[in-house]
Amino acid sequence: MNWRAIFAIVRKDLKVVLQNKGVILPIIIVPLVIFGVLPWIAALAPTMVNADSVRMGGMNLDELTELIARMPEGLRAEMAPYTPDQQAILFFLVYLLAPMFLILPLMASSVMAADSFAGERERRTLEALLYTPTTDRELFVAKLLSPWLAAVAVALAGFALYVVMANAAAGPVMGGLFFPTPMWVVLVIWVAPAAAGFGLATMVLVSVRAQGFQDAYQLGSVVVLPLLLLVFGQISGVMYFDIGAVLVLGLVLWVIDAALIWAGSRIFRRGRLIARL
Amino acid sequence: MTTAVIATDQLTRRFGDKIALDALTLEVHAGEVFGFLGHNGAGKTTTVRLLNGVLESHAGSARVLGLDPIRDGPALRARTGVLTESASLDARLSGRDNLLIYADLFGVPKDRVAARVTELLDLFGLSDSANLKVAAYSTGMRQRLALARTLLHEPEMLFLDEPTAGLDPLAARQAHELIAGLARQKGRTVFLCTHNLVEAQRLCDRVAVMEHGRMVALGAPAELARQYVRRLDVDVEVAPEHVEAAADLLARASALVAGRPRVAAGSTGSPANALANGMSNTLSLTVTGREAIPDALALLTQHGIRVYRLTPHEPSLEEVYFALHAAATDGRPAQEDCA
Repeated sequence: MNWRAIFAIVRKDLKVVLQNKGVILPIIIVPLVIFGVLPWIAALAPTMVNADSVRMGGMNLDELTELIARMPEGLRAEMAPYTPDQQAILFFLVYLLAPMFLILPLMASSVMAADSFAGERERRTLEALLYTPTTDRELFVAKLLSPWLAAVAVALAGFALYVVMANAAAGPVMGGLFFPTPMWVVLVIWVAPAAAGFGLATMVLVSVRAQGFQDAYQLGSVVVLPLLLLVFGQISGVMYFDIGAVLVLGLVLWVIDAALIWAGSRIFRRGRLIARL
Repeated sequence: MTTAVIATDQLTRRFGDKIALDALTLEVHAGEVFGFLGHNGAGKTTTVRLLNGVLESHAGSARVLGLDPIRDGPALRARTGVLTESASLDARLSGRDNLLIYADLFGVPKDRVAARVTELLDLFGLSDSANLKVAAYSTGMRQRLALARTLLHEPEMLFLDEPTAGLDPLAARQAHELIAGLARQKGRTVFLCTHNLVEAQRLCDRVAVMEHGRMVALGAPAELARQYVRRLDVDVEVAPEHVEAAADLLARASALVAGRPRVAAGSTGSPANALANGMSNTLSLTVTGREAIPDALALLTQHGIRVYRLTPHEPSLEEVYFALHAAATDGRPAQEDCA
């Protein structure tokens, strides 16, 4: 493998994508809203739900208590030592937002992959790249690596922001630093890179057929559907994110990634790409 | 110029039912500027892709620089430079960044990269705009930058697809000088795809003319002209008092001369008027073939016409091209059509 060439393409793709506001804005705005603002809303929940007229997250404290009561045994056991106020915070900030966190690497990788694969074809810059001495495999690795590295960096930055915001907003109620929990550490280290790979691999398959960046991005938005299932699974009490579940989720995602990337590598061929220019 | 650096044998490529390249067999020799002419869809770009191993053939074979383009694609592409029809530059990056990235991709030695990039930016007059984003470049600047990128790794063989498209006449002339210099002084082989027949005539040692994926002619431009364009324009300078007689004589020799001779060099009138006005004593005529020239000269001298000068004008590549195109459109062999 010619790593000098691979990193040249990674460097190029990252430089190019940083100039694209359509890619960068959602990657900045989404984590700011979810992980910068939500912790403060969640931290205010205890005071807000005590007021009859104020509702938070569409529910009052009784409804929240009922919801927690419907949660799996393990989650209830984890929450038992805490006061109702603290339980509300833990429920929102630690459990409900865990699957939401995965939206970051998923979205970042898919939007960047759309720009890297379909966008490159749209900008008519792919042809020159195909005439370089790189092999198909090197090109493919480079094209995977740039969105993946960027998505993992975005996830880590979002996580760092969330750690600061969650502790700043809810620390007083929780009695000090309470975040990240071990489950979140596993989520960030093990699952987030896999989620980035999932968004990326899906977009590779979509991009081969898409006409351009927007087309690929719209087609590729289906990657958030499994994420929504996880969110609804948590709300409905069907499942919850503990360390075991997160480890299994990561493993499943890595296996899916491997299968999708294998399929992508089968269709990522110079001849096929150039014939579509 | 005897070593074949490109050799294809019945090279064929289809896209669905359409044959993009139909059994191409040709050789290109080391150090020559080889013109590949044809209209859009004639198979030029497909050939470049096949010869660089970015597209697989459906039949036939090719060797480029002694390598198999598909099996040895990366090694081959390290030795060739391809200027694509669209400049294929990253408009969001600066001119310098475009070159720096491709220097790494083409394996320019790390300690040479900065100097090589600066050298090419200077050569193509882009030093002042090197740090501007390519989006701000004019079409001509983009084309020059793309040419510079093609030369980064000092390739042995250049494939240039419409290298002067979008260039102003001065820049086009500089590009021509550069291409000719690369071939003549540095021994590089240039495979030049172009619509520009004047460019091809000026630069190319040999040309191939493509029509709908088929090669319909191959040879040096002058050779093709002789082969495919039979009619020839000739200027005949005669004694001033013989202009009218010569014109009448030649006009009657329909086996030798097509149409009536005209007075050359600025006169719009008949030979008689031209002479009366003291204008030209040179007649322009079109002979029916190369063999008609000595016969026409003999006819004039036999009738006592004093001939001072007889200058045949070789047909241009443009005439060859249109003759071939017309023949291909009619489905008849070109020589018959032009004879």
